[in-house]
Amino acid sequence: MNVQLPTGRELFEPKRPGSAEIAWCPGCGNFGIRNILISTLAELGLKPSEVAIVSGIGQAAKMPHYINANGYHTLHGRSIPIATGVKASNPELTVIAEGGDGDMYAEGGNHLLHAIRRNPDITVLIHDNQVYGLTKGQASPTTMKGMKTPTQPWGVFEEPFNPVALGVALDASFVARTFMGYFKESVEIIKKAIRHKGLAIVDILHPCVSFNKVNTYAWYKEHTYWMDDHDPHDREAAFRRALESDPLPLGIFYIHEKPSFEEQVPAYKRDKTPLWKREPKPELVKKFFEEKKL
Amino acid sequence: MSEFREDVSIVLGGAAGQGVQTVEAILTYALKKSGYHVYANKEYMSRVRGGINTTEIRVSSRRVRAFVKRIDILVPFKKGTLSWVKDRLGENTVVLGEKENVEEDFLDKVNLVEVPLTKMAMEVGSQLYLNTTAAGLIVGLFHGDFEAVKEYIRKRFGSKGENVVEKNIEAARNGYDLGVKLCEDGTIGIEVQKDEKVREEVLLTGTEAVGIGAFAGGMNFLSFYPMSPSTGVSTFAAQHAEDFEIVVEQVGDEISAINMALGAWYAGARAMVSTSGGGFALMSEALSLAGMAENPVVVHLAQRPGPATGLPTRTMQGDLNLVLYAGHGDFPRIILAPGSLEEAFYLTSEAFNLADKYQVPVIILTDQYFVDTYYNLPAPDVEKVKFERHIVEAEPGYRRYELTEDGISPRAVPGYGEEVVVANGNEHDEWGDITEDAELTIKMQEKRAIKKLETIKKNAHLPKLIGKENAKYLAIAWGSTLHVVEEALEKLGREDVALLHFSWVYPLNPEVKEFFEGKVLIDVESNITGQFAELLKKELGIEVHHKILKYDGRPFSVEEVLEGLKGVVE
Ligand SMILES: Cc1ncc(C[n+]2csc(CCOP(=O)(O)OP(=O)(O)O)c2C)c(N)n1
Ligand code: SF4
Repeated sequence: MNVQLPTGRELFEPKRPGSAEIAWCPGCGNFGIRNILISTLAELGLKPSEVAIVSGIGQAAKMPHYINANGYHTLHGRSIPIATGVKASNPELTVIAEGGDGDMYAEGGNHLLHAIRRNPDITVLIHDNQVYGLTKGQASPTTMKGMKTPTQPWGVFEEPFNPVALGVALDASFVARTFMGYFKESVEIIKKAIRHKGLAIVDILHPCVSFNKVNTYAWYKEHTYWMDDHDPHDREAAFRRALESDPLPLGIFYIHEKPSFEEQVPAYKRDKTPLWKREPKPELVKKFFEEKKL
Repeated sequence: MSEFREDVSIVLGGAAGQGVQTVEAILTYALKKSGYHVYANKEYMSRVRGGINTTEIRVSSRRVRAFVKRIDILVPFKKGTLSWVKDRLGENTVVLGEKENVEEDFLDKVNLVEVPLTKMAMEVGSQLYLNTTAAGLIVGLFHGDFEAVKEYIRKRFGSKGENVVEKNIEAARNGYDLGVKLCEDGTIGIEVQKDEKVREEVLLTGTEAVGIGAFAGGMNFLSFYPMSPSTGVSTFAAQHAEDFEIVVEQVGDEISAINMALGAWYAGARAMVSTSGGGFALMSEALSLAGMAENPVVVHLAQRPGPATGLPTRTMQGDLNLVLYAGHGDFPRIILAPGSLEEAFYLTSEAFNLADKYQVPVIILTDQYFVDTYYNLPAPDVEKVKFERHIVEAEPGYRRYELTEDGISPRAVPGYGEEVVVANGNEHDEWGDITEDAELTIKMQEKRAIKKLETIKKNAHLPKLIGKENAKYLAIAWGSTLHVVEEALEKLGREDVALLHFSWVYPLNPEVKEFFEGKVLIDVESNITGQFAELLKKELGIEVHHKILKYDGRPFSVEEVLEGLKGVVE
């Protein structure tokens, strides 16, 4: 890829011994997403200690090891509630939940639904390769109908999951789709997603060169287009676009500005201090007991 | 004339939604304010309306904290109450109430003192005043402080307007006068001494003791999914969330609840989840994550009988094995089970320091009986609660999983210091990155499952011995059965029987073994297999000699434990 990488990227390049060997297959789209993410964080002028990346399980979810930022590599499907807890405990952090399509839409599907309702100020990045990578090529919720896999030798007959339509239908705060093959555009979209206050969902298409022989780099280029004339504040239009399947529209589908979870919890109404700096309130405990004497 | 001395057990019974709890609340409040020791516990069906629920209230000259089977005065608000409690009725039981609420076949068997509660309420203006009339009646029997009744009514009904308040006071007054009259005309005689100190004490439930203990321990985050009987703690936290400025969130399921709490701890908050066995079952995956990532977390688990949905509103100490073994792989955890409300307060607050220090799950095991019990006690000493923070600054070169002698790595939180914090649920190196290295795996396994566990064991609290050190017999109890065994022992009155009560249940300090040497061991617990006895065997090689077990979903009564003990020692 011939792109100009911004300065500040080196901050996010990890120097830990365990980060040296990257476990992704050569040629995998995950490398591109890593580049995009590092550039995005650098362009936003963030410091590694201000960012927390919470990932689930899968090839995609190994990201925290290949980047220099706070990271928590957790359980399959659970990154969203964990990231929500991180953000709600320290709203000063930029919090990203990251995982594959299996991680986020299958095992973690329920969490995504409820995160949309709760609207924490986190960014959810889904590496959507339309297949399970780490467990070697089984169908994922976004696998296209008819694709044959070792575990679906007859060809997938389930309807593919449409994350964008789901996000718009549930009135998510920010919904976008990109293809990692478009570096600059992807950086711009993720920058907006991170800056957006509230839950931002970005479905990032990327090829799995080992297990998905259908949705290749060339396939994504041929079967996607950029929405140049779309108003993301128009929900109906967003929904119509979300239902298009070939070619797949790319860009920001929907934005609905609304208060975030952290803005509404009583913890921060009077005091913005992150929870780790707070101390118990013995005077209130004493007052409680005083009242219980009556 | 029916006479009751020193310690009276009153049982109120009625349908869910009938307002029995109003009566209970008014009279415990007023009697405590009058200087009587009070204890109350309720038993209820898993339904919102109808059925039969009962509350036992003990009013006593001295501290009482345990459930008795015996009923001295029964107040039925609904037909069917007597059948529901029939095995608790004795020769001396007085049924105080209306004939309509007593089943036919009991009429000639029980000592019924008819009081026209409905008629009295109607005279004040409506059947609605039945509850306050009944409450006044009982307070009157004790010649309690009527001002306290008035005060409570003002507090409770104040928002409904002056008329409602006045009418309720009038109804209570009529009840009160009748109560006094029943004593004066010799129908019922009650002799219970007042203890001036009680007035200065607090009246607390198990739920509140856990909830306020958590606040004292610095809890600032609670995520939960409702499940009886644990929900009270979450409700308590929600209702105090604004004052204490904490995050309380009802989430989509228990899986989210505990994962959110893990995220909160990772970011440095002090988080708790409150659940019951069925909810905890869903949390075991995240418990493993806590084990591997050395992510602290505090879980309050209020037990109810299982398996599965079991008896939703009843009690059992049946989830010890669940919390001992939940999660896959080996990792340490701490299990605490308060026996008294004081302990619930202090231990819950301490749970947060323990989780912070050892970076393990700390589970507080209560049960339906415990959370729904309340009594008066001296206000716990808030000054005794120590706030210990174990967070370090992430300086350049920081390693989240640094290998140390005692198995405890310094825990930093994101945003405190320049360096980043990498936590991981996969096997990892000292920096937190994934590893498959065999040698490192051995080191990390040993750090978590052996070194850290040993450190915790060495510092584990010892059980409390009640009675003589050289007693021949030793009753063993854990968690909520403390007071019932204690009172049974008092009743038994034998110096050669002592009680060893565990509120620190796991891991056991090796020194615990000494308590058992040369004794006849009697295990008392509320489950069918004797889960704690099994633990003693597995951990310390201790074999108990006798087991007194109860597993019908009801709490142990003093009488039952006493019978059981007699069966062994006599
Ligand atoms: C509870 C649980 N179930 C199953 C697995 C096995 N597993 C690991 S990764 C994975 C799917 C990964 O697919 P995806 O999320 O699409 O990520 P990718 O590897 O393609 O990046 C599965 C099923 C697991 N680790 N945990
Ligand atoms: S399995 Fe597929 S998605 Fe995973 S690293 Fe290899 S190519 Fe990439």
